[in-house]
Amino acid sequence: MTLRFNTFAAPSRFYALAGALVPWFWGAALLFGVAGLYVGFAIAPTDFQQGDAYRIIFIHVPAAWMSMLIYLVLAFWAAWGWMLNARMASMYARALAPTGALFTFIALWTGALWGKPTWGTWWVWDARLTSEFILLLMYLGYIALTEAIDDPRRAANAGALLALVGAVNVPIIYFSVRWWNTLHQGSSISMSTAPKMVSTMLTAMLLMTFCFWAYSLAVVFTRARAIVLEQESDTEWVRALAR
Amino acid sequence: MNWTSLDQFLHMGGYGLYVWGSYGAALAVMLTEAALVRRRLHAARAALGDVLGDREASR
Repeated sequence: MTLRFNTFAAPSRFYALAGALVPWFWGAALLFGVAGLYVGFAIAPTDFQQGDAYRIIFIHVPAAWMSMLIYLVLAFWAAWGWMLNARMASMYARALAPTGALFTFIALWTGALWGKPTWGTWWVWDARLTSEFILLLMYLGYIALTEAIDDPRRAANAGALLALVGAVNVPIIYFSVRWWNTLHQGSSISMSTAPKMVSTMLTAMLLMTFCFWAYSLAVVFTRARAIVLEQESDTEWVRALAR
Repeated sequence: MNWTSLDQFLHMGGYGLYVWGSYGAALAVMLTEAALVRRRLHAARAALGDVLGDREASR
């Protein structure tokens, strides 16, 4: 089989490839998770100011990063599917949404539990927290809208419009700590300067990010396979599978 | 190693409720999602069998 740029745009080929890859993603998620948690709890030192409460960072930051990344990926594939009438792209966008919403929830929840002992409050309507909460509403809105429309193509296209409009929120979340006076602290990691963070803490955080990324791929690919079977049930290759 | 006993580890410097409340919720939600997604795929496969059965019956 010659591999081309759009080889896996065919739902049948995506279904087969995804099925082969998913176990590897689970394996990677497990390995990175164990490594990340080991470094985070056994090796990274206690924080001078926050004590051991800071260890929430090892899931809070990776979850927040995934919540933003998944939304941008979702918006990209939704737009691609809409503009090129590419079914697999639209199906993939729908597969991403629940996982993105889940990570947004985890970021908000762990943030609240971190904020209570350190800031003295579970919640504050500062720029970052508010825009992350809006991200959760965008995910839920996308899911509700696409589930409400029966015809898959119209559902996907309506969802794509909503996803694109909501995409402006992601840079707002990212730059909020720079643009506004926020309770949430500014970035400790940047592309241009050295990290303002102990290297073992940073290592644990990065390992957990890879863990969440591998987990996302495993879950999203599985969901995408289910969606392919649901939406392509009329095709010959799917009927052949069922026999 | 940062901790000398399991008790110390669970206590997490007094922040046990917040740290384990965070990790516990994250794990619970992720395991639930994984289980639901597996169920959805199995249901989709099973539904194919039904559809095929109906089509064959109506021929």
